[in-house]
Amino acid sequence: MKPISAYAKERLNQIIDHYQTLTTPLMMILSDFQKEFGYVPLEVQEIISKRLEIPVAEIYGIVTFYSMFSLKPKGKYVIGICLGTACYVQAAQQIANRLEEILGIKPGQTTSDGLFTIDILRCLGACALAPVMVINGKILPHVKVNDLQRIIDEYVRKEALAYESAH
Amino acid sequence: MNRLTNVQDLKNALAQAKQDYQKLLNGGKVVFVCGDTGCLASHSQEVKEKLDELVNAEGLQDNIKIMYAGCFGLCSQGPFVKVYPEGTLYRLVKPSDATLIFEKDLKGFGIVESLVFKNPNDGTIYAKQEDIPFYQKQKAIAMADFAPIEPDNIDHYMGIGGYEALCRVLETKTGEDVISIALDSGLRGRGGGGYPTGVKWRYARMQQDPQKYLICNLDEGDPGAFMDRAIAERTPHIILEGMMIAAYGIGAIRGFIYVRAEYPTASLRLQQAIDLLRTKGLLGQRILGTEFSFDIEIRVGAGAFVCGEETALMASIEGKRGMPRSKPPFPAVKGLWGHPTIINNVETFANLPYIFRPGGLEAYKAIGTEKSKGTKVFSLAGKIKNVGLVEVPMGTTLRELIFDIGGGIEKGKKFKAIQTGGPSGGCLTEEDLDTPIDFDNLIARGSMMGSGGAIVMDEDNCMVDVAKFYLEFICDESCGKCSPCRIGTTRMKEILDKIASGTAVMSDLDTLKELAIFIKDASLCGLGQTAPNPVLSTLTKFYDEYKAHIIDKTCPAKVCKDLIQYRINPDTCKKCGICAIHCPVNCISGVRGKEAYVIDQMACIKCGTCLSSCPFDVIRKV
Repeated sequence: MKPISAYAKERLNQIIDHYQTLTTPLMMILSDFQKEFGYVPLEVQEIISKRLEIPVAEIYGIVTFYSMFSLKPKGKYVIGICLGTACYVQAAQQIANRLEEILGIKPGQTTSDGLFTIDILRCLGACALAPVMVINGKILPHVKVNDLQRIIDEYVRKEALAYESAH
Repeated sequence: MNRLTNVQDLKNALAQAKQDYQKLLNGGKVVFVCGDTGCLASHSQEVKEKLDELVNAEGLQDNIKIMYAGCFGLCSQGPFVKVYPEGTLYRLVKPSDATLIFEKDLKGFGIVESLVFKNPNDGTIYAKQEDIPFYQKQKAIAMADFAPIEPDNIDHYMGIGGYEALCRVLETKTGEDVISIALDSGLRGRGGGGYPTGVKWRYARMQQDPQKYLICNLDEGDPGAFMDRAIAERTPHIILEGMMIAAYGIGAIRGFIYVRAEYPTASLRLQQAIDLLRTKGLLGQRILGTEFSFDIEIRVGAGAFVCGEETALMASIEGKRGMPRSKPPFPAVKGLWGHPTIINNVETFANLPYIFRPGGLEAYKAIGTEKSKGTKVFSLAGKIKNVGLVEVPMGTTLRELIFDIGGGIEKGKKFKAIQTGGPSGGCLTEEDLDTPIDFDNLIARGSMMGSGGAIVMDEDNCMVDVAKFYLEFICDESCGKCSPCRIGTTRMKEILDKIASGTAVMSDLDTLKELAIFIKDASLCGLGQTAPNPVLSTLTKFYDEYKAHIIDKTCPAKVCKDLIQYRINPDTCKKCGICAIHCPVNCISGVRGKEAYVIDQMACIKCGTCLSSCPFDVIRKV
């Protein structure tokens, strides 16, 4: 895997400094880094290990235990599909299936162009809007199977335009 | 408001805040826009911005105040806008409606009739919140009367009587008094177990260890439950006040709020409230000059359902994998970092300010049933008209909850079941509808109160599929420490997969039951011990549905993919070909305008796209 950038390293050290006074700062450090950079690779775990004097094996154990932490970078657009009970009884599974077909990936995977990742979520607490889906933190209410292709196409078009204007 | 240095300061601040809040509501126009996660997702932020823009453009910002408020409860009708001094409640407000509200209501030309509640049957208009049938059988203690207050505004919270209970406790009560009041109130833990709160506190208080901890469990993992999130987002201070009272009672010096990662807004608002309390001198060393010292920190989870279990939650705060350990020792004796620790649910804390307020104890005891006092917040969701948060006195019947408050089933369908208690609970059916809701009744009926998730299902939901859903959830979330849960639930899921695909035999049901009983008996923690409940409960109450899958190879609700086919009625097909255009696997053929379309059953992936895209409704599941 590509080494993390100098900026990410600097931010990591800042995050560690920020939480170091807590009795057990590990989870908060991992959460913040994950939120900002979308993954917590081994390199990051090694730096945390040295600074907090916690064995890498233990940190790796934690990173792989909790579903929010990811060892690999996620796509530019992370699409979360809620499969909480309220969404499930409103046929959210069909939405997940259809999205997997459109993007050609399984939950947890990222498309080869690095654009999309599918995540399965267990309840966002927005049950009145079921079924819901989240794209980079933005909640889309009352999603329909037939809307998915259009939603994805919009993002793809946006990316293509951005690419054209950049070149 | 400045730093408060003694109890008298707090008293003065409370009196002032109450006056100011009344003045605010009864003065010029004040607009509250719902700022809850749900309404924000339905563009309430744009509504507020548009209103701000209109008001500023005409230079009216001194006469018309616009602010966010917390959840109004009736989430399926959001976004909400409430306008004072009249107290008019508008629903389903779109950003484009802002101009209408501004030009008419805010300029004093009366209410906007098209945006208030209307009874669909007789056209009666309900302009005020309290008149709407949804609110009439409710009693809002944890939801603080559904009062409109700005979530991050401590003065508003004090304005509705907040911190009065803390003031009274600090001034006139000892720690021992707090424990006896909690015991006397009959308050039982709202996280699901229903263990008497006062009893748990007394254990912790009795411990000699001077280092005691208090934890608020906001790891609301039950999928389909969102009352804890809403309480934290609408009134973060009610949780903090409750925690301070509890800490005073048990002698805790540090508190933690464990928030699940999916709730960023809740943790942000709690953090803002904590910071504010610190600057005011209500958290920290020797609070208001008394002997009481207490501080609160927020810890964010990282996506693990099992962390709602108390020993797993503590492991997570300690920076370890969130795996439960066996009890005893109970956390009240040996908890966080080996010290006595009390863990209570958000809603339990949110009940305390009411109980400890002057006159609150007697009022509280008068609500509810003999063994379950007070109220319970439910998040009603699924196939119900009024999806949202409801808080009802214990003893309310399920019928009242679902039909009077919830408005009945969506689209005129037939009620089938209500699932309570999430992955640990069970289903209640038609015959349970007149059961008064309390901790013990629900258990006697084969379900449980749980944290308050209440998912309503109609005739289109397959109970085998629902049971499978919960088991898949548990298989995903089992921490893997003990084998009954880790391996047993996977074996159960395999059997359910067989049933759902029509390949099971009747003896599989016996194996399923045997496994379920074994897992209940032998699992280490509450997650495993209750994991088979959704299966056992659906198996008892919907045995015929299981049988239909196994013997007739049919899914009566037409959900289980392997047992259904999509068919186009050749006689009524309008030959438009829209289904064929939408079909993702191109398995529908026909000739546009000439020949009816037909689905190739061997190629069909049963995604249902054709059915939802057919403009003439001629496609059926059989």
